[in-house]
Amino acid sequence: MNFFFAAIKRDLRLSFRHRNDIVNPLAFFLMVAVMFPLGVSPEPKFLAEVAPGVIWVAALLASLLSVDGIFRSDFEDGSLEQMLLSPRPLILLVLAKVFSHWLVSGFCLALMSPLLALMLFLPSEGVTSLMISLLLGTPTLSLIGAIGAGLTVGLRKGGVLISLLILPLYIPLLIFGAATVQAAAMGMPTAGYFAILGAILVVSIMLTPFAIVAALKISIRG
Amino acid sequence: MLTVKNLFCERDERILFNNLEFELKTGEVLQIEGQNGSGKTTLLRILAGLLEAYEGDICWKNKPLSEARDAYYQAMLYVGHLAGVKSALTPEENLEWMMQLAPHLNKLSIFEALKKVGLYGFEDVPCHSLSAGQQRRVGLARLYLSTAPLWVLDEPFTALDKKGVAEKEALIAHHVQSGGAVILTTHHELNIPQINIRHLNLDSLK
Repeated sequence: MNFFFAAIKRDLRLSFRHRNDIVNPLAFFLMVAVMFPLGVSPEPKFLAEVAPGVIWVAALLASLLSVDGIFRSDFEDGSLEQMLLSPRPLILLVLAKVFSHWLVSGFCLALMSPLLALMLFLPSEGVTSLMISLLLGTPTLSLIGAIGAGLTVGLRKGGVLISLLILPLYIPLLIFGAATVQAAAMGMPTAGYFAILGAILVVSIMLTPFAIVAALKISIRG
Repeated sequence: MLTVKNLFCERDERILFNNLEFELKTGEVLQIEGQNGSGKTTLLRILAGLLEAYEGDICWKNKPLSEARDAYYQAMLYVGHLAGVKSALTPEENLEWMMQLAPHLNKLSIFEALKKVGLYGFEDVPCHSLSAGQQRRVGLARLYLSTAPLWVLDEPFTALDKKGVAEKEALIAHHVQSGGAVILTTHHELNIPQINIRHLNLDSLK
């Protein structure tokens, strides 16, 4: 367990020394909310209707933007090799890395989401649900994204490939995430949606670490 | 310790080595030689268990590597071309993480190790502001910390100054004399008169 926290501490420390990597996805997230009404229509009624979908799509793409970097720098300076050679359980390390990635991406996106909700005239009933749905959904985005990052880490230009690999797996999450917020905004019960998002998260936590470890081994060992 | 039999490796339709055989016992240094591109790094990566695109048998204490992986990783120290030093972290933070990752790096405290590699006073400086040689020294501090019997070192002397090279040679001599073994690649002529160095030339195997 000590090792798990040491790994989180290291990754958070690295993130805070490369502040760009934290700010970039958040700026992207905000940018979408600023640009969207300018490009489509500033009408509050229309915006309120599309807000759940737009915010969720923006969060998903912002998360995708940063997920490529989970293993990239460790691969480039040889740290990843040393991780594979460690007698410590790789699964624990991978979970720690994904968790710290989520803390600086998904978690921050969820914290920022009320601001976007305000900008897009989302009814106030939907704001709490938006935050909770993002808090439940974004860890899954990081977990699934890490599989793609692991598979493409050995490639010089993995950026496009990673989107092709992961985006289809993000779709169920997008559907249920946006539907949660829509239901809440219309004053309908949301417990069922939260249960589904939670279930997806639990299954992802159980299964994806194995896939991420396997992906990393394939990428490194050839 | 390490037995290699019938090793064959091909990369990009070029045979790097075929029928490679050797046995490494305690108290030995094996220097792998060959021109650039002859497969030295590939061989070391195979021996470290980082590359599985080969045919043949590698045995650690008479057990195939695939079965003895856990024991092997606790007994082997690999320092590659890229030393796994994070440029955004300070030498102290880097060593702290290395020791977390590899529990066999526990011979000295972080500060003793930094003193040994001549980085005392630099422990709080981010590695990206250190020189290439100093960054290399951070990676090589592992050698002072390690209690692992087998060292696999890929070009350990790159970017080191003369004094640094001499210190590492003395360290290798001490390690081998106290029951360890070392496999390394280097273009530098090793100057360790007190021990017997075996040479393996990959060019002669083609």
